[in-house]
Amino acid sequence: MADQRTTWSFYGGLRMDDHKALSTERPLQRMPMPARLILPLQQHIGHSAEPAVQVGEQVKKGQLVANAVDFVSAPLHAPTSGTVIEIGDRPIPHPSGLNDACIVIEADGQDAWAELPEPLPDYHAHSSAQLRERIRWAGIVGLGGAAFPTAAKVNTSGQRPIDSLIINAAECEPYITCDDALMRERAGDIVDGIVILRHLIDARECLIGIEDNKPEAIASLRQAITQSGQQDIEIVVVPSVYPSGGEKQLIQLLTGKAVPSHGLPSAVGVLCQNVATAAAIADAVLRGRPLIERIVTVTGHGVGQPGNFLVPLGTAADVLVQHAGGYTDRVHELIHGGPMMGFGLRDDRVPITKGTNCLLAASRDEAPPAEPERPCIRCGQCAEVCPAQLLPQQLFWYARARDFDKVQDYHLFDCIECGCCAYVCPAHIPLVHYYRFAKTEIWAQERDREKSDLARRRHEARQARLERLERQRKARLRKKKEALESKSGASDAVDPKKAAIEAAMQRAAAKKAAQQAAPSSED
Amino acid sequence: MITAVLTIAGLASLFGLILGYSAIRFRVEGDPIADQIDSLLPQTQCGQCAYAGCRPYAEAIAAGEAEINRCPPGGETTMIALAELLGRDPMPLEDEAAAEKPKSVAFIIEADCIGCTLCIQACPVDAIVGAAKQMHTVIEDECTGCDLCLPPCPVECIVMRPLEATPRTWRWPFPKEITAEAAHG
Repeated sequence: MADQRTTWSFYGGLRMDDHKALSTERPLQRMPMPARLILPLQQHIGHSAEPAVQVGEQVKKGQLVANAVDFVSAPLHAPTSGTVIEIGDRPIPHPSGLNDACIVIEADGQDAWAELPEPLPDYHAHSSAQLRERIRWAGIVGLGGAAFPTAAKVNTSGQRPIDSLIINAAECEPYITCDDALMRERAGDIVDGIVILRHLIDARECLIGIEDNKPEAIASLRQAITQSGQQDIEIVVVPSVYPSGGEKQLIQLLTGKAVPSHGLPSAVGVLCQNVATAAAIADAVLRGRPLIERIVTVTGHGVGQPGNFLVPLGTAADVLVQHAGGYTDRVHELIHGGPMMGFGLRDDRVPITKGTNCLLAASRDEAPPAEPERPCIRCGQCAEVCPAQLLPQQLFWYARARDFDKVQDYHLFDCIECGCCAYVCPAHIPLVHYYRFAKTEIWAQERDREKSDLARRRHEARQARLERLERQRKARLRKKKEALESKSGASDAVDPKKAAIEAAMQRAAAKKAAQQAAPSSED
Repeated sequence: MITAVLTIAGLASLFGLILGYSAIRFRVEGDPIADQIDSLLPQTQCGQCAYAGCRPYAEAIAAGEAEINRCPPGGETTMIALAELLGRDPMPLEDEAAAEKPKSVAFIIEADCIGCTLCIQACPVDAIVGAAKQMHTVIEDECTGCDLCLPPCPVECIVMRPLEATPRTWRWPFPKEITAEAAHG
């Protein structure tokens, strides 16, 4: 049996109530096309896309509306046909609650497709570069939530060869079931995507890591693998311990290899991709379709009919909640993402983006208000559950003291913000919040340093230029002066005017002398 | 007796030669302390320290002529970093009010600009583009917010605009602030 493979374990983690049944009772539903779609230009890690359309322009479904600007960026496509009615700042799903640039499309109801690139069913005949270009064109990013551009992630050239392709189907965070729904409904596409990925990176083995709380999804995947004849894709069932779906944790679980601090999985010969990303790759390569929709879990006791929905990107969260039966009177907070790693939305008109896996309309019990923070009692429970094997207390002290050098010495940037430490903390210290504070402060300091380096370079260049100009000016003056001097020196001999005057003066003097001499001779 | 004198004299001249040679061979160009201080300063080149830019101020600190608390744009962070580098005691900033000003960049109200180039000449980092009798504009990414272009402008068409946070530059607030906010809300 494929799933008899030995699995390892990762340090720490938590077993907790998964609350997944809430959203898996109803089958996957397709969300009807909303009247208006809002596409933030940045839905991925890296640089914002640049609009390729203008206000008033007609767009077709699947048409490119924003271009990727560089390697770590992703383009955007119109999720339906319609008119671009606005390009401007709008609320986006971000913990800051700030606005950012978005393209707003008003749907025309036709849902007419643009001309799409040729499907590549014979992907074996295409080079890795061509397939990566297709993935890049389709705007695919990691759909597990991190939204890192996939074309950049699968570009393994120049790195050590990839032994294992790991497909992340763990979906460990409570409440979230969008990958579960995808595996139940579209296991065939997932397997197609996996085969393409495997061809692309030339991996020796391929493992699908999935938590044991998703028996239907496991059965569905197993059937799809049998049907496709790809028997060497192994399904590895892992225990439901949060955060088994963390990239480094899943790699540890499946291969026993630890990804080094500050390192990428490629350092241990592994590439990890989410199941939904694999399905999106199948869409892009086999059907020539860009990423314009995704499955979103709408759940919690604050929503009428929790479930999974296939949602066009850009659908406003409030429209989606409305479609899912609307808010109940128990709703307390709308959370983007899951209860452990998500963040509260201040405005429910924000759009669904490529990274939106879940909207949790939480009741007061599901998202209790923060209890007052008490002093740390050094119990050490946080260190026991930290899956990154960090020392959460030390990180907390140094982050609180704003000692940003020390907090990095304790590997702040290895923290995956899973929230286990804060969950078990008996003193109710919002530990992850402290780490996020420290991380963003350190990034801000880095930006300041870059800016001051730039200012120094420009200032020095300006000083050098001013000195050069001054030297040139002085040299010019000196030359002019010298020229003048030499001119006046030379003119004594040649200037005809002066010569004439002098000759006249000489003549006058001679005349005078002659006159003076004449009378004396007459005497 | 004479052997001892000769030995000591020989040793003295040998070491003298070694020292003399190393002084030339391993000569350090510039002032490494001033470089280190300069790298901690914010490079706004604003002159609020009464020196003509960050480098001269760094050299003055290195020479012991200036205190470490005269850089308002750097604020307390810079002062503390300097204190740590130089082993001096932290001290309150000379101009607390100036240090609390939010970071901003210059903005030229283009309709009012007469194209006199005076601001271009004043900008220490060449962040203003334009030409005589042509409209000028500020390259926002390169402006250090030093205010030096404000006084020369004859028509007062330059304003300082505070830099607004974007989702890319936004920072998580210190946790205490949130709890207080939540308690009030």
